[in-house]
Amino acid sequence: MNDIVEGMLSAFRLIFSLDRDLFEIILLSLQVTLTAVIIASIIGMPMGAWLAVNRFKFRRFTIAILNALMGLPPVVVGLIVYIMLSRSGPFGVLNLLFTPTAMVIAQVIIITPLIASISHQAIRDLWADYHDLLISLNTTKRQRILTLIKDARRSLLTGSLAGFGRAIGEVGAIMIVGGNIDHLTRVLTTAIALETGKGEFAFALALGFILIALAIIVNLAIHTISKTERASNW
Amino acid sequence: MVDTILPLNVKNATVKKRDKRIIGPINIQISTKGFTIIMGPNGSGKTTLLRLLHGFENPCGGILNWNSDVESVQQNQSFVFQTPIMLRRTAIENVTYPLSLRGIPKDTALKIAKEWISKINLDHLCNTNARFLSGGEKQKLAIARALITKPQLLFLDEPTANLDGSATKEIEKLLQEAHNAGTRIIMTTHDIGQGKRLADDLIFLYRGTIHESGKAKDFYKKPETQEARAFLNGDILE
Repeated sequence: MNDIVEGMLSAFRLIFSLDRDLFEIILLSLQVTLTAVIIASIIGMPMGAWLAVNRFKFRRFTIAILNALMGLPPVVVGLIVYIMLSRSGPFGVLNLLFTPTAMVIAQVIIITPLIASISHQAIRDLWADYHDLLISLNTTKRQRILTLIKDARRSLLTGSLAGFGRAIGEVGAIMIVGGNIDHLTRVLTTAIALETGKGEFAFALALGFILIALAIIVNLAIHTISKTERASNW
Repeated sequence: MVDTILPLNVKNATVKKRDKRIIGPINIQISTKGFTIIMGPNGSGKTTLLRLLHGFENPCGGILNWNSDVESVQQNQSFVFQTPIMLRRTAIENVTYPLSLRGIPKDTALKIAKEWISKINLDHLCNTNARFLSGGEKQKLAIARALITKPQLLFLDEPTANLDGSATKEIEKLLQEAHNAGTRIIMTTHDIGQGKRLADDLIFLYRGTIHESGKAKDFYKKPETQEARAFLNGDILE
């Protein structure tokens, strides 16, 4: 219990001391996670919409696989990305291992199925509402997908935020592909793992509280910018 | 100038669902002008016939012969549903939507949409989310959205079924104006009075087949079949 209280106090001290290293870690955490969320949303949302409006032979199987991939073990993803990006791997020549780019790649792989699956469910429900109208208006598949993405944007935002939540708290994959290198690839989660390993529980907890606060602030900011939860939008 | 997509000749068209015949065989000709009402009791196949003509349903037998190519037919008809389907957008955005699909510049689309919104007396609700409008307002909006592309042919599936008298009157006025402006209208209803007020031609459906088809005034004056007479008398048809 003392560790928790000490952790909270340390968190405040760290923030108000404007510690340069801490802000570097926070900034890199945000940079990596937000980049991954944007890329995963660009891939996952149209994928979910496409699955919702198209009928093809292995559709059910594809959706089942996509849903199963939501639970991808990050350590396994990290290991596969590590092998692909290591010098002897197919993409070794790109020299991406132990860089923030490698961390983004791993996070994109982890959260794309999550965003695609939530998008698919949101758009499938809207497609059921819109189906007759959009068919009647003789829309092309592209127009249907764009309309559904636009009108389901608030539900899709939830998918992106879920992806953000998973990515910001992820440690296994980015530890493997990033290497937790100080001033280069150290983010909040890998720093927490390091401090815990060193037995600095209060400091690790302080970083943990900052991580939670960061997740809440980003969620609030996105909700405010996108004007969700207002009476006129219900 | 787009060629007229009408007349439409329907020959022996049948619609089945899970091997059960819903309507057919249907043989009718939809002429280039007029206001046609498809009437009949519940379950007679009115909506299925309308959906067949619009292209929602594929006939499992028979053919539909339009006076134009498929693309022209699809571009020149609109459909209004019994329960209006509103996009999760404002009233004005709902009306501009079909124009934006056709690549019409935003400013031009907005200008045309505003004219339509004024025409249906919804100026004050222009920027309101369409899902919050009343049933009558939604239906007027749906009709404006259907007419904004100036279709040659407008299908309406019981557009006033869930509305009160004053909303029904407004909708009927809107449809009369569209009809007078040259839009060919085909509408289903089971409201005998509405058929009398609006129809030039009338198709009476019963158990999936056309029992009577012709001039509305003749149908009301002297129905030829026993089922039509019973329907007009308000008897319960099984």
